[in-house]
Amino acid sequence: MKNRGYYGNYGGAFLPEILVATFDELEDAFENAKSDPSFWRTYETLMASYSCRPTPLTFAENLTRKFGGAKIYIKREDLNHTGAHKANNVMGQGLLVKKMGKKRVIAETGAGQHGVATATMAAKFGFECTIYMGEVDVMRQRPNVFWMEQLGATVVPVTDGTRILKDAINEAFRDWVTNMDTTHYVLGTACGPHPFPEMVSWFQSIIGKEARKQILEIEGKLPSRVYACVGGGSNAMGLFSGFRDDPVELVGVEAGGHGVNSGMHASRLCSKDASPGIAQGYKTYFLQDGDGQMKETHSISAGLDYVGVSPILSDMHEKGLARFESATDDEVVDALRLTMTHEGIIPALESAHAFAGAFREVSSLSKDDIIIINQSGRGDKDIFTVADAFDDPKWKQFIIGKAKSYNG
Amino acid sequence: MAESLKLQLYIKERLKKREILLMTHIVMGYPSFDASYEIVEQMVEAGVDLMELQIPFSEPMADGPVILKANQKAIDNGSTVEKCLEFAEKVASDFPIPFLFMSYANILYRYGMEKFAAKMAEINLQGSIVPDLPPEEGQDYIEAMKKRQLDPIYIFSPTTSDERLGYLASFASGFVYCLARKGVTGKDTSFSDDLALYLSRCRKATDLPLAVGFGVKEKADVDYLKGKADIAVIGSQTIRVVEESGSRAAGDFIRSVL
Ligand SMILES: Cc1ncc(COP(=O)(O)O)c(C=O)c1O
Repeated sequence: MKNRGYYGNYGGAFLPEILVATFDELEDAFENAKSDPSFWRTYETLMASYSCRPTPLTFAENLTRKFGGAKIYIKREDLNHTGAHKANNVMGQGLLVKKMGKKRVIAETGAGQHGVATATMAAKFGFECTIYMGEVDVMRQRPNVFWMEQLGATVVPVTDGTRILKDAINEAFRDWVTNMDTTHYVLGTACGPHPFPEMVSWFQSIIGKEARKQILEIEGKLPSRVYACVGGGSNAMGLFSGFRDDPVELVGVEAGGHGVNSGMHASRLCSKDASPGIAQGYKTYFLQDGDGQMKETHSISAGLDYVGVSPILSDMHEKGLARFESATDDEVVDALRLTMTHEGIIPALESAHAFAGAFREVSSLSKDDIIIINQSGRGDKDIFTVADAFDDPKWKQFIIGKAKSYNG
Repeated sequence: MAESLKLQLYIKERLKKREILLMTHIVMGYPSFDASYEIVEQMVEAGVDLMELQIPFSEPMADGPVILKANQKAIDNGSTVEKCLEFAEKVASDFPIPFLFMSYANILYRYGMEKFAAKMAEINLQGSIVPDLPPEEGQDYIEAMKKRQLDPIYIFSPTTSDERLGYLASFASGFVYCLARKGVTGKDTSFSDDLALYLSRCRKATDLPLAVGFGVKEKADVDYLKGKADIAVIGSQTIRVVEESGSRAAGDFIRSVL
């Protein structure tokens, strides 16, 4: 173990001995990629031809007029191939897997976006692919399960623990400790043991690099604030990394669930319910009890429903380098509806947290201010959840009819 | 730093009478604390030499399905750290063999490394196995343990380089736990020439006794390890036996492998 990857008090590599050699190999591959300028060029070219990069920065004219405060721009990560920023990380790790000569990839997924992106990458690069997904998430993100399977991946529903994202991560690690010779674990967010937080943030930094360049081209100045939702923290790290050395306020929005005082949420940095701990190979803020047992989390969005958070964000939180807020399930559904009807844009429920956080504040900024909201993904995958949240009678009729047709 | 010799000497003494020692594993509070006590009693009577007492954790990354489920059920049934410590204190005073804790880093970290080590010394536990706390991350743990002559048990794996075996050995005391294979607890292991070769690498790296675990479940496995290792570790299999036939079956099972 060479570099242990600490950010202030957080991060590290709390690895079972069996994985130490595998992480050394991964770290070497990553360090080589970082110091080789042609690697990043290859990555950008791949993302341009396969995933619509650079993604646009859209001026949200109608929302800007409605709120009457700062000018609102939306960074369109939903326009990536497979519909979310997850593609940035996955394609980057895919290039590393090729360099390491491994033939199989595994991944955890919550919302299913990371799973679909990984299955896509595996199909393109010719890798075998297994995706671990909590049973609860398999139920609420069925369309993504369908696509992963059609893309050739094996989807394994995880029935242990709370049956959501963290449990899928544990299962992926259990696979990896057995199959590390042939297999790379494509961790989907800026969490886990070093080098994952740094590596995933590095690939996602393409978001912030583009956004900074784009806003300077369009407006000739920097935004006052940028907003991103925070699950594990990869899309937030991606956007934030473009503005870390600028006088720009970085705002992360966590899942408020039924409210940060309800005990039914997934807010690690902005609630009082989380504390520093060590799990899944790294040290960060976790939603845990006094003994250190992880608690159940809740969010309307499967992708933000995680007990831990990027150690880099924990450190930024402690040092006051970023501000963390939360948005409740109800606020998120309202923000989603507003964005759809005013801009014709459908954010993923995860991304809608960033919109909700921004909408709460944007009126109090001046017309000279600019904000950027990261739309980490598109909402199509959430059709079942959103239809339920909107309580749409026509959708229900459709489902009932569909079920009847299957029953003959 | 004072080296602890208590555990190591105990192992050397026992090895004078027996070719290989037996260490078993329980998850405290699974299926209940009463059952856990009965299992310990049965095992000690049947001749087990050492025992690992696992404090359950909600994210037991290195454990396979059997021990994972036992961890979950124990927590659901109310197995708290406090109750585990009370249980450990009781068995350590009631039975004449050394007991070790096994748990994950977060349990010790939340309790406080110093406080945890002090408690271990107070209740006569001899050492602990913490699979997700490599020496690089565990300096405060190692210090707290050694200060009290407690043994931090380190793990060797088949993927560990010779250089790193030496590095790990420099922090180890009591004995070293050699994983028989890759993977998690509870899957089968092929007891083959590869394993023998790996164990001879382990032997070169340290003078400490070698324990071998992961996949040891019957007499043939234990017999295979004779002459190659000092301690055979049986984990998941005893949990399976107890699940199938109740805590009273634990003693007969141990007698069947010895
Ligand atoms: C669209 C979308 N946004 C955000 C997230 C949250 O992940 P992160 O915080 O790593 O960006 C997910 C995770 O599944 C997602 O699918």
